[in-house]
Amino acid sequence: MNAKDVTFLEDTFKKFYFEHFDLLHVPDNPNQREFGYQKFNGGMNRHISLKSDKDLHLLLMQNKPSDVYCSNARYMFPNLPMAEKDWQNAEIIFDIDAKDLRKEHPKDNTLIKCSDCNEISSLNESCPNCQSTKLSFTTLTCNDCIKSTKDEVVKLKQILTDDLGIDQQNIKIFFSGNEGFHIYVSKSEYDDVGSKERAEIADYIMFRGSIPETFGFRKFNMNKSSLPKFEDDGWGGRLAKHLYGTKSNRPKILQEVLSGGYTLFQKRLEDFRDSIGIKIDPNVTQDIHRIFRLPGSINSKSGLTKIFVEDLKKFDPYVDACFIDDEEVEVVTNCPIEFSLKKKKFGPFNNEQVSVPKFAAVYMMCKGIASSV
Amino acid sequence: MVNLGNDEIVKYPFLAEAGKYLSDKGFSLEQFGTDPDLKKIVENAFERIITASEGRIFKSDFSSNNSALPLEIFSFLIAVILLKLSGMNTLIRRFSLAEARRAEKFLEKDLMNYQDATKTKLSLQILEELFSMTVEKTDKGFTILVRDYLKHSINFYEREWKLINRKVVNGKVHLTSHETVRLVRKELDRHIYTKINSSSSPDMIIGFETYVDKLKQLAKKFEVKTVESKEFPPCIKHAIEVLEKGENLPHSGRFMLATFLLNKGQTVEQIAPLFKNAPDYNPKVTIYQLNQLSGVSGTTEYKCPSCEKVKSQNLCFPVPACDTIINPLQFGRKRV
Repeated sequence: MNAKDVTFLEDTFKKFYFEHFDLLHVPDNPNQREFGYQKFNGGMNRHISLKSDKDLHLLLMQNKPSDVYCSNARYMFPNLPMAEKDWQNAEIIFDIDAKDLRKEHPKDNTLIKCSDCNEISSLNESCPNCQSTKLSFTTLTCNDCIKSTKDEVVKLKQILTDDLGIDQQNIKIFFSGNEGFHIYVSKSEYDDVGSKERAEIADYIMFRGSIPETFGFRKFNMNKSSLPKFEDDGWGGRLAKHLYGTKSNRPKILQEVLSGGYTLFQKRLEDFRDSIGIKIDPNVTQDIHRIFRLPGSINSKSGLTKIFVEDLKKFDPYVDACFIDDEEVEVVTNCPIEFSLKKKKFGPFNNEQVSVPKFAAVYMMCKGIASSV
Repeated sequence: MVNLGNDEIVKYPFLAEAGKYLSDKGFSLEQFGTDPDLKKIVENAFERIITASEGRIFKSDFSSNNSALPLEIFSFLIAVILLKLSGMNTLIRRFSLAEARRAEKFLEKDLMNYQDATKTKLSLQILEELFSMTVEKTDKGFTILVRDYLKHSINFYEREWKLINRKVVNGKVHLTSHETVRLVRKELDRHIYTKINSSSSPDMIIGFETYVDKLKQLAKKFEVKTVESKEFPPCIKHAIEVLEKGENLPHSGRFMLATFLLNKGQTVEQIAPLFKNAPDYNPKVTIYQLNQLSGVSGTTEYKCPSCEKVKSQNLCFPVPACDTIINPLQFGRKRV
């Protein structure tokens, strides 16, 4: 990113923070948390200890960071190197991101950037300018993507409460600031479980590693009454609903399953992982030393804010998480597809100088498709 | 602590304090070496160790425990003394495991004892006090908190113990009595092993020498010698092939390859050139990351991930020789 753009974004972010201190708070037990931040074009600064909201606000004003982070873990000595921090416990966090859900890039919402000639164009298999296949993909605002991540969040919440016994009140949903959600589970009995145990919980949620015997399918002495039923608790019931569809379908499908045999059922279970498993990022859940984007802070991948979601159904990130003001600014942009923010449509722009509200300018600059004039 | 009657000490002799138990009964260790009336107990103890070393479980004869000389309790305590005198760790390990499996059978039976509720209560108490595992009895079986279940189950490699393969409802895992007890076998084994190991070693007791010598001879039988082939496991071969073709190997694959080679004794300088064909190769970053993994720069020396982990990352391409291993590092290792 060029120096002019950095200055523009730093000043814009700083203004946002100054005007929205009410959105930025240190979490509970702040003196046990590790904080970190990144500057535009800079590396990660971590192992920072903050004691209060005031300390946090000071850090934001002094350092003008591009991104701000805080650990889910509590440590005795959060500012010491990792091995000496003395880990105490950590909330469990699940990350559901649109990029992990899609099988292919959404045609109307994705643009490609050629790594060889830097050409930006709409979705293509190769660069239209130099035919290179070394491409990076950028997704702009995509309502379908948000809709599918929301569906996963709902399914995840169900498993957390029904199966894992987590109190609904202790589950908090945050929009990640780009194209996903972070689901925090706090004050639960899982706070002090380690990384390996969290990996097992992640596998459970993702429906990974299941075996036919779990669902009553044995290699020998098979009895169809042992196969899952609609009214079964947990994955048994969910699998039954997915497998049979309706109650009237059950006998026919059961017959198919039985005649297919053990190996085929095993194969089916693996396929079900994609269809019924919740698509969380397991690495996030099992990492007990990670620092996460701080709620209330801006995500520099988009210029949108990571915020608490009160009503998931009604939540529209492209309106509710867009806090940058609408002062008109001039930018040069190459955005071959249309995108929508704060209910306004922008683009397509063909390498041209345009006047757009600052929130749209910031969005495009964060996505790497615009520069300030 | 759990209040134990004679019956319980027979089943779970490791819960008794050896020295205190003997002196409470009015015996000293020396008597067992010299008193011909007590010879049977020493022989029994010796037999108990032999049975364990063969991987079998010592059969209990409850009628022999009603006398003033509870034979089985004494035989356990004397077996511990013989093991300590022999100093043979391999025998202590085998003995602990066999005794854990013996206790497991009793625990399971007691958990399911519908006639005598005190037996169930006592076994639940043992699970709670020894393993901090709160087990609740339900109409159909037993439940434990998911958190407690995971603490124990992550030590198992069999897939049936994965949480996904359990009935999980409202924060609790449903188990049969057999599964409940099986869950703590390793900890039970460890508990007995630690207890034996931490007990003080007595001086040689007159009359025990022959038994101790025999145990030392027996232990030699269990020395394991292994040979290792130089061939890499298929997952590592695949990772190297991907890199050689200049294709992208995911981060998890790079981690597996690097830790495997480091754990096999290769140096950072020997491994680094393998990554030179990677699309995003940067020599400085590669050396930095390899140094981190080897523990030279950081404080942790990273271990090669298990086969289970490798499988979950879609990096596993098993061949028949992989059937008996749980970590790629074990590939090609054979006992002789």
